[in-house]
Amino acid sequence: MSLTLQNVTKKAGAATHISDVSIELASGSLNVLLGPTLAGKTTLMRLMAGLEAPTSGRVLFDGKDVTGVPVQKRNVAMVYQQFINYPSLSVYENIASPLRVAGLAKAEIDTRVREAAALLRLEPMFGRTPLELSGGQQQRTALARALVKRAPLVLLDEPLANLDYKLREELREELPKIFSASGAVLVYATTEPSEALQLGGNTATLDRGRMTQFGRTIDVYRRPVDRITAETFSDPPMNFVSAEIGAGVARLPGDVVLPCRGPLSGLPDGPVTLGFRPNHLHLRRTDGDTASVHAKVAVVEITGSESFIHVRHPGGDWIALTHGVHELKPGSPVELYLDPHHMFVFGADDRLVAAPKPTAAAA
Amino acid sequence: MDKPFNNRAWFLVLPVFALVAFSAILPLMTVVNYSVQDTFGSNVFFWAGTDWYVQLLNSERFHQALGRQLMFSAIVLIIQIPLGVVIALCMPRKGWGVPVCLVLMALPLLIPWNVVGTIWQVFGRGDIGLLGYTLNRMGFSYNYVNDVGDAWLTIIAMDVWHWTSLVVLLAYAGLRSIPEAYYHAAQIDGASRWSVFRLIQLPKMKHVLIIAVLLRFMDSFMIYTEPFVLTGGGPGNSTTFLSIDLVKLALGQFDLGPAAAMSIVYFLVILLLSWVFYTVMTNDPDRQGGAA
Amino acid sequence: MAAITLERLAHSYLPNPRSDADYALKPLDITWRDGGAYALLGPSGCGKTTLLNIISGLVRPSAGRVLFDGTDVTHTPTESRNIAQVFQFPVVYDTMSVYENLAFPLKNRGLSRSATDARVREIAEMLGLTSDLERRAARLTADAKQKISLGRGLVRADTNAILFDEPLTVIDPLLKWELRAHLKQLHQKVGRTMIYVTHDQTEAMTFADTVVVMYDGGVVQIGTPAELFLRPAHTFVGYFIGSPGMNVLPARVEGDVAHVGGTAIKLARGYPDLPPGQRIEIGIRPEDMRLKASGEGLPIRIGRVDDIGRIKIARARFEEHDINVVVPEDAIIPGETAKAVPAPERVHVYADGHLVEGAA
Repeated sequence: MSLTLQNVTKKAGAATHISDVSIELASGSLNVLLGPTLAGKTTLMRLMAGLEAPTSGRVLFDGKDVTGVPVQKRNVAMVYQQFINYPSLSVYENIASPLRVAGLAKAEIDTRVREAAALLRLEPMFGRTPLELSGGQQQRTALARALVKRAPLVLLDEPLANLDYKLREELREELPKIFSASGAVLVYATTEPSEALQLGGNTATLDRGRMTQFGRTIDVYRRPVDRITAETFSDPPMNFVSAEIGAGVARLPGDVVLPCRGPLSGLPDGPVTLGFRPNHLHLRRTDGDTASVHAKVAVVEITGSESFIHVRHPGGDWIALTHGVHELKPGSPVELYLDPHHMFVFGADDRLVAAPKPTAAAA
Repeated sequence: MDKPFNNRAWFLVLPVFALVAFSAILPLMTVVNYSVQDTFGSNVFFWAGTDWYVQLLNSERFHQALGRQLMFSAIVLIIQIPLGVVIALCMPRKGWGVPVCLVLMALPLLIPWNVVGTIWQVFGRGDIGLLGYTLNRMGFSYNYVNDVGDAWLTIIAMDVWHWTSLVVLLAYAGLRSIPEAYYHAAQIDGASRWSVFRLIQLPKMKHVLIIAVLLRFMDSFMIYTEPFVLTGGGPGNSTTFLSIDLVKLALGQFDLGPAAAMSIVYFLVILLLSWVFYTVMTNDPDRQGGAA
Repeated sequence: MAAITLERLAHSYLPNPRSDADYALKPLDITWRDGGAYALLGPSGCGKTTLLNIISGLVRPSAGRVLFDGTDVTHTPTESRNIAQVFQFPVVYDTMSVYENLAFPLKNRGLSRSATDARVREIAEMLGLTSDLERRAARLTADAKQKISLGRGLVRADTNAILFDEPLTVIDPLLKWELRAHLKQLHQKVGRTMIYVTHDQTEAMTFADTVVVMYDGGVVQIGTPAELFLRPAHTFVGYFIGSPGMNVLPARVEGDVAHVGGTAIKLARGYPDLPPGQRIEIGIRPEDMRLKASGEGLPIRIGRVDDIGRIKIARARFEEHDINVVVPEDAIIPGETAKAVPAPERVHVYADGHLVEGAA
């Protein structure tokens, strides 16, 4: 089935929670809602589920208008950030519960429960109650309950946020596999850009109730339509600097002159904002077109394999992400290199004008 | 298109409406009806207009009963709310003591009103009651049947004994919802016990305390059974509270019109005072801020 | 400010612990120097929070001692230890202004009004809270509240150590970057001993000079972020640090060659005397392999390629094992089958999970 929202708006009193969102989610697709806290992710999911009715606009399932139909009649599965299970029931009964409500035959229930449990590796836990499980296992149980329902619409609201980093990484890898076989429309809300990238599929970026962009995750990442989308979809945060284009070069604060190559070539003269990702602010010269900039080190964070160098420059506060360990003293000068081939160019209205060309082998 | 869900859901609420209509609205309308008429029985009614209200509001007897009632509720709140909070603070937070305390606290709440009255009636007697006998043997002259002060003391003690538990349970629930981290932070900051109470426990208990104050006010303002059993409103009229007075008026003297007018005024006073309490206590500047 | 020494410290929540499994914290010895930045890193239930609570005085250890600058504080109550703590969820005094929140610890210790004022303003400036001083603390955002919590610790001159218990849990990713860098700068400025508890490797590694990796109540490795990444002392550290974690494959090692399944891999060092009877494995980080279409290397079958922006992760199978290879964003994936070529100096050998030092 497919889910379509047409010009959906949700207001509560004077506040607009969702503003004119139109989106079409195909059967079997994985869709990420990406945005910071209070961007409207949860409200949008509640509208999709039918837990709330839109103030205006329509919700369609397979082209059929279901705008006024309450959640009980829509066959929707939802998993929340909190681990929600029936505390007194065993894991088996927890997973079976939606099927029991639906009144399925015993044998059918057993088959489906075992199938879901196998995918989420919960079989050894069948006899336990949720309180005897780790956080990861509790959330797996909740996910299995969503899976077993075979609902055509599965909504996951930051399901991994309360789990350990490492567990998150593992479940994040498994989730698309687990749900892809079901053919359901899968919607996944998260605040983390890295999570969206690892899940793949499609991404809709949200900003204060507005949907700024929707497309293939990697395409949104590579060609964000405006500055706010670029900001929302970057971790570490994208660096920005204002520039003046003229006479085949871009002039940046701090007497930096960048040759207009790659995305910068062929642009009309005038002021623009340049955005570049921290992994493209280099410590070493990469090719002939790079321009060197002199900045001051603010602080350096080292992860063991990489260094995040926070610097101050007349053009702004930037982060450079480099391989290896680079211990630089705070306050010391550092020479960095900007590469015009990796610049995002935003116009005066903050809309994207040009983006770096995707590299050779885009999957 | 804009209508959320369908209107058939209203049918589900219908039985409740019917129930409320029968149990509250119809009787209330009957009372309103009585309050503007006069009757001498046999279903003969005369229009009285606002006469009964005017008479009531000018009556010394009503003023005194209302004064007693206000005084009683004030004393009850002043004693029970702080006492309840203090007891809640002293209760253990974990271990076997928790269920024991909770059961002990719940016990008085489980006893019927008239039994409470009877218990204290016997308890306070000078000849066979433990309290009355002991006090008299210790040299205090204590007699709740004849002495106004003693009657009040006994009624207040009885109400405190009966109802403080409710405040304790509510306050305890409020205290339990405070995350441990707050206590740790206060400990680390070197906060005194008093600061912890004033800056952490009290603000976090605020919402349950509002409920406690409202419940205790409304209940105490309508108290009837216990003083009726214990003192019957005496000595003299010294413990004749509004409800007792109302019953005397309606069933004792069978003055249905004045009694109905009094019921309405009584109801409005409770409504007004509850509203005042609620507004004053929920007047939180943060709540106007919007986002939490 | 203080150096912190943990001496034969152990803790069990049971009254009579018998076996190792009864201990939430197995015996450990650690010394933390004055003014250092440390992290306790591990999954839920590894004992890191118990250890933090012992240091702050909320938990009395079953055995061993805690020393601040050589003074035994094992039985000193929390309020006398002069420590500060930032919790997972912001803890502020809701009814007070930001200013009053920051001044509170000083007021409790009877500092004069003028001294308090100077100190509060200095700390507020440092934290970027100056413009919010008069606002009610309850009205601020989660990240500002966390700054207030931190400020209440910084404002005191006598704080021995500042403890952080997963302080960025409720902070959005972009703000996390700001707050993390801010915290690091603050540490460099004020030079207090700071201990940071987390399950998030990025937070631990970026914050700390020295990271203590814990697993199942015990310490598995103590080292700098680079040491933990480059030379994991235990396969758990290899798995837990790095994203994705280290590939661990069962192997047979003969001299300076490891036989993994049907493939021989050249090692940078020789391992002549591996303990007999132990489980031998090799560990290779996904970042330490290159993909080639043919030639030497582990023959792999690539199932999926995750393009996560600045890198790509090839999720592949080698014989019956899952294996991850990380390649740069502009790398070309050869095809469905490929050879994964490890850098010999980055292949580690483990016996029963523990790193074995080779001979040159």
